[in-house]
Amino acid sequence: MNQRQRADHELGTVVPADGGMPTQREPAEVVAELDDLAVWFPTPTGVVRAVDGVSLRVRRGETLGLVGESGSGKSTTGLALLRLVEPTSGSVRVAGQDVTRWSRRRLRAFRRRVAMVFQDPQASLDPRLTIGASIAEPLIVHRLTDGGAARRRRVDELLGMVGLRSDLADRHPHELSGGQRQRVGIARALAGEPDLIVLDEPIASLDLSVQAQIMNLLRRLQRELRLTYLFIAHDLAAVEHMSDRMAVMYLGRIVESGTPAQIWRDPAHPYTAALLSAVPVADPQVERGRRRIILGGDVPSPVDPPGGCRFRTRCPQARPACAETDPVLTEVDPNHRAACLFAREAVRAMRW
Amino acid sequence: MKPVLAVEDLTVTIGTRRGPAHAVAGVDWAVQPGQTLALVGESGSGKSMSVLAATGLAPRTARVTGRVHLLDAELTGVTEERRRRLRGRHVGFVFQDPMTSLNPVLAVGRQVTEAAEEHLGLTRRAARSRAVELLDMVGIPSAGQRVDAYPHQFSGGMRQRVVIAMALACEPDLLIADEPTTALDVTTQAQIVDLIGDLQRRLGTAVVWITHDLGVVAGIADTVAVMYAGRILEQGPVDAVFGAPSHPYTGALLAARPDPTADGADLVTIAGAPPSPLELPAGCAFWPRCPVRGDARCAHELPPLVPVSAGHQVRTFYPQPSDGERR
Ligand SMILES: Nc1ncnc2c1ncn2[C@@H]1O[C@H](COP(=O)(O)OP(=O)(O)OP(=O)(O)O)[C@@H](O)[C@H]1O
Ligand SMILES: Nc1ncnc2c1ncn2[C@@H]1O[C@H](COP(=O)(O)OP(=O)(O)OP(=O)(O)O)[C@@H](O)[C@H]1O
Ligand code: SF4
Ligand SMILES: [Mg+2]
Ligand SMILES: [Mg+2]
Repeated sequence: MNQRQRADHELGTVVPADGGMPTQREPAEVVAELDDLAVWFPTPTGVVRAVDGVSLRVRRGETLGLVGESGSGKSTTGLALLRLVEPTSGSVRVAGQDVTRWSRRRLRAFRRRVAMVFQDPQASLDPRLTIGASIAEPLIVHRLTDGGAARRRRVDELLGMVGLRSDLADRHPHELSGGQRQRVGIARALAGEPDLIVLDEPIASLDLSVQAQIMNLLRRLQRELRLTYLFIAHDLAAVEHMSDRMAVMYLGRIVESGTPAQIWRDPAHPYTAALLSAVPVADPQVERGRRRIILGGDVPSPVDPPGGCRFRTRCPQARPACAETDPVLTEVDPNHRAACLFAREAVRAMRW
Repeated sequence: MKPVLAVEDLTVTIGTRRGPAHAVAGVDWAVQPGQTLALVGESGSGKSMSVLAATGLAPRTARVTGRVHLLDAELTGVTEERRRRLRGRHVGFVFQDPMTSLNPVLAVGRQVTEAAEEHLGLTRRAARSRAVELLDMVGIPSAGQRVDAYPHQFSGGMRQRVVIAMALACEPDLLIADEPTTALDVTTQAQIVDLIGDLQRRLGTAVVWITHDLGVVAGIADTVAVMYAGRILEQGPVDAVFGAPSHPYTGALLAARPDPTADGADLVTIAGAPPSPLELPAGCAFWPRCPVRGDARCAHELPPLVPVSAGHQVRTFYPQPSDGERR
């Protein structure tokens, strides 16, 4: 294992440093694990390094939140867990099995183990199918129910779980509101009783009052069914609310990870600090008194990321050493890691 | 002070196959020079349609009534040609998707000053140097070189800067910004919010800013109008509306946002969804979802817009106490 893998291998778990018996209670089993994963896409203009060395673990019953700017590799990371993209290097383990090199045929049965909920529920539902047929589809594909009657019962049950009346089963997607469609997307994801659900911007296209409904629903289902989530979102406040642990991505890498409280109160990476300072708060007095860290310029191209620290072209604290060394994720507090040569120190300097 | 743009009893009714849609059902607002009015509300509440109708840009299928004043001119009842000229001279627009305003096959510099050439009578040479100046003003690095680049060579945030430069080229009195940062990342959003605020202070431009993000509103607005089903439910100075929300809807909306400083309990939700503009209820449009629902009037009578403090008005029979405790 190289240094980077070593450093962030245990991303946010409660395993003690010596790898021995956990000191407190037994941590839940690891449901999904990425180890130094790279996903590169060859394109006419060069190789896009969408994900470029990401390691993470998700344990049963918890939510790992993933934030970062557009193009930082969040969705690709999620797709890798479903093996819907081909890993260039590194490994993907789900429910104890290394699925990195599995064939398409072998993956077919595996697909039930990880489900995905997309941002745009309109686009992810077949407009010609009734809601009932959409939810029944995974039940048929994975042969999870015996016969039509059992299937209908299960569809009813799934609709009930997501708070929809069973008569909606006969409707088509265009007859539903955005929030109702997203509930259908969640019901479909639950159908296969997956080990992990990747939620890719599940509330981004919804109205504010409906976002709160969906977040409450996801949390209730998690409690009741002991579900495991990878929650991808732009909205930092939503990630903070939903997650047990969170990771911040920048240009294909995780630059900081920890509990939401650790990251929110005491960000150690300059990018995280800038991100947090940019989140608007619905309080005019707070907003007026706030100092924003406005980042200059744009995110560099993932075809040709900067050498050394990837954030250095926009980092207000970049120093000569930052061009020389590619920082690895290093612990700044128990279970709180940052990939910055001047972790903490740089953030403090930005505050003056 | 005389408002830059003021609308009175504005209604917009759009003919659809399933009958008339009451997109805007009677709104009044005004924006003062150098100030920012934020229009907030959920999708379909009539935010965009009210400003489009106010500036004469409603779709052909729409019937618009009410009065609109742009500076000293009454916009309702003038010819389309005159309205177009007034709009071109006094109003700049920035929309959510910069590509709706940009021509993909024209160099950005030309686009920035295209309107200015017409309205200010600039020569081609003067227009080019003005374009460089404007691109520089909105923070495009090495504007002198980028002036000949095409939109696809820019990132989303950079494109939105170009659109802002374009909107400001004629030195408008009013900037209409319809969800200008919704498609952008938070860090880019912060850049654009900062930029518009800075330009506004320097140029004295009035801004009508449409968004559904209450956090953005808190940072940019002087006054705010909360829209719901084509009407304003609450409006006033931003501190009053956010600090002491008086309409049950405003209070619920503010409480529905996750608060990173809170304990992570379940979020307050508003059950159900807004009514269809095809069938607005006779009474308060929020009544079916309202946690208060004082009496039968709520269902049958349209509550009037009543004052609760200086400049702060609310459309409900049951203004909520402003003890600040509920937040
Ligand atoms: N199939 C593909 N072929 C080529 N490039 C791709 C492909 N999929 C993603 N990319 C690129 O990889 C990078 C990461 O994309 P990804 O969709 O994972 O980002 P993201 O963090 O989910 O962004 P967003 O917040 O916009 O959804 C981007 O630069 C994207 O353009
Ligand atoms: N061309 C049109 N034909 C018919 N109905 C329309 C048309 N444009 C808008 N509407 C309807 O008018 C109402 C108000 O729309 P408007 O675009 O003003 O909403 P909005 O508040 O800007 O919402 P959003 O946040 O989604 O942009 C909506 O119910 C919408 O469906
Ligand atoms: S390593 Fe240097 S450039 Fe990178 S985030 Fe830290 S201070 Fe900034
Ligand atoms: Mg994505
Ligand atoms: Mg709109």
